[in-house]
Amino acid sequence: MTVAIECRDLRKTYDGKVEAVRGLNLQIESGECFGLLGPNGAGKTTTIEILEGLLQPTSGYVSILGQTWQENSRELREWLGISLQETRLSEKLTVRETIELFASFYHQPRGSDEVLDQLQLREKADAWVGKLSGGQRQRLAVATAMVGNPKILFLDEPTTGLDPQSRRQLWDIIRGFQQHGGTVLLTTHYMDEAERLCDRLAIVDHGQIIAEGTPEDLIARLGGHHVVEFEASGNHADAAAERWRGLPGVEGVRQDDGLVCLTVREPHRTIPALLDAVEAQGGQLEHLTTRQASLEDVFVRLTGRHLRED
Amino acid sequence: MSTAEQIRETPSSPTPVTALQNGRWSGYVHLLDARVRELRREPEVVFWVFGFPVLLALGLGIAFRNKPADITSIVIVRGPAAQQALDLIRQSGHASAVHADVLDRAQAMKGFRLGKYDLVVEVDQAGTFKYVFDPARPESVLSKSEVDDVLQTAAGRHNPLSTSSVVSSEPGSRYIDFLIPGLIGMNVMNAAMWGIGFAIVDMRQRKLLKRFVATPMRRSDFLLALASSRLILMIVEVGLLLGFGVLVFHMRVLGSVAVILLIGAIGALGFAGIGLLTASRAQKIESVSGLINVVMMPMWIFSGVFFSYERFPAIIQPFIKALPLTALNDALRATILEGSSLAAQGSRMLVLGIWGIICFALALRWFRWT
Repeated sequence: MTVAIECRDLRKTYDGKVEAVRGLNLQIESGECFGLLGPNGAGKTTTIEILEGLLQPTSGYVSILGQTWQENSRELREWLGISLQETRLSEKLTVRETIELFASFYHQPRGSDEVLDQLQLREKADAWVGKLSGGQRQRLAVATAMVGNPKILFLDEPTTGLDPQSRRQLWDIIRGFQQHGGTVLLTTHYMDEAERLCDRLAIVDHGQIIAEGTPEDLIARLGGHHVVEFEASGNHADAAAERWRGLPGVEGVRQDDGLVCLTVREPHRTIPALLDAVEAQGGQLEHLTTRQASLEDVFVRLTGRHLRED
Repeated sequence: MSTAEQIRETPSSPTPVTALQNGRWSGYVHLLDARVRELRREPEVVFWVFGFPVLLALGLGIAFRNKPADITSIVIVRGPAAQQALDLIRQSGHASAVHADVLDRAQAMKGFRLGKYDLVVEVDQAGTFKYVFDPARPESVLSKSEVDDVLQTAAGRHNPLSTSSVVSSEPGSRYIDFLIPGLIGMNVMNAAMWGIGFAIVDMRQRKLLKRFVATPMRRSDFLLALASSRLILMIVEVGLLLGFGVLVFHMRVLGSVAVILLIGAIGALGFAGIGLLTASRAQKIESVSGLINVVMMPMWIFSGVFFSYERFPAIIQPFIKALPLTALNDALRATILEGSSLAAQGSRMLVLGIWGIICFALALRWFRWT
């Protein structure tokens, strides 16, 4: 496997004050779909724009497909497909005209019909961009990134603000690109997107990577794959936390607005013990649920905050 | 579409199966094409660039048209002798040159203040004719001497000298002839400043500039395409205004159309440079709109669009002549109205060229694509 994207000790300071990226290291293999996951303002966009050669890092080393932006920017541009977080393409051009305009910048682009079909935009080929729905616009943005026949696709929050169906459509398209040997780097603040799409991901907070691995890996690091959430009356937070931790199979305890979240290895052993413990206290159990642990749990565990608190 | 189809139609990324290959100028051609299409699909642009200047020319041309036989409008204050004054004018043989109304004093003065009448005539009890006129209004001064002449002659004055007059109102010396080249110059400036400055900041605000530089697009192609679209529009604008002047106001174009277009092109490119500089850093269209107006304001006033800049004090004439729009307007007037050659306009073209080149160079240094 060759390295598609590499950066070492990446730093970006705005106006000498705001440290957006603080010493970030990444190594992304060819053919991988890699995700940068984090809340708004974590430094994801700054990082991806430095890797795209659109922003100058304050310090650090960046290499894309073995080339650097200083030496080979023209060639690199031919190899990369980029979709920015928010680009408003010209509203008075049609979908086909927009794709053909972007195709004209590349030395060996793909045919516009082929891209229209792949992005499921064929029916809208002659519609003005201004008349498209949010999902169609976003597919068009990805189409302009894919028309150059890129080796690496950079997608900055590709599905933010889209309805579930449009999101799934885009996921299929991204997976299709990857299946044909393409490398993908995307940023997202959606858990499910990262879990379904990414081979590996890095959780970014305050300009640093706080955890990295496959989604399963990260979840496994919580200690358990299951989460038991409940609310118990007569439950006094501080004293109770130690008691819950002592239950069989519990790996972690978190209090969240009166709700207690236990990370557990084997729910079938923990739950009976939990019921007994609540009864012994003379309390009453409310809202007992169990679910699979998600990246959200990983994030909350690592930072003490929810991903979409802002 | 089934997955199998999708796989067949999607080439594997590292080895393209498509045979498409773009040449060196493909990006430029598509950028220019897209720009022209966008402008054509924007009705407001079509109006402001093409319709508005023609309407302005039409309006001003009508307002300042040479009145037939130079009728002067006067008002006679109502009174016992008013009829006598009217009769004298009628008998004079110059009745067609004077339009006279009879009104009450207050109304007469009001009409005079508003510019409806050039002169107020009042006859007092002693039979003395009193003229009220405004020495600051040329037509008022003219009217006074003309009406005095008419009245004195009708009352029996004998002119000792025999005279005759020949009327001369040739195309080339009228206000509309002065106005059209000025409007062309102003339009070239407006369109270049807005067409370049506004368009760039709009694209920057929409992050489209950033999106473009994230592709292998050559930045020079982008700027070249914008400039080319200005030149194409300039040809249409100049043609439209000149054609309008010729057809509607029977204007005579003495210089060659090729020279006029060449001057227009140099002007358009010069102002494109200024527009680019204005737009080099602004992030919001609101801020660039203000900047563009600040840059153009002095030229609207000083550069002789609607009236000759000779009216300004001599001390600021060098400053006025250094303005790019002054150079463009002077060159256009000399060519259109006097048939001057391009070589004779060398120094004016130099002024435009220097403005354009300096602004373009600064713009390239300061320009922000993101």
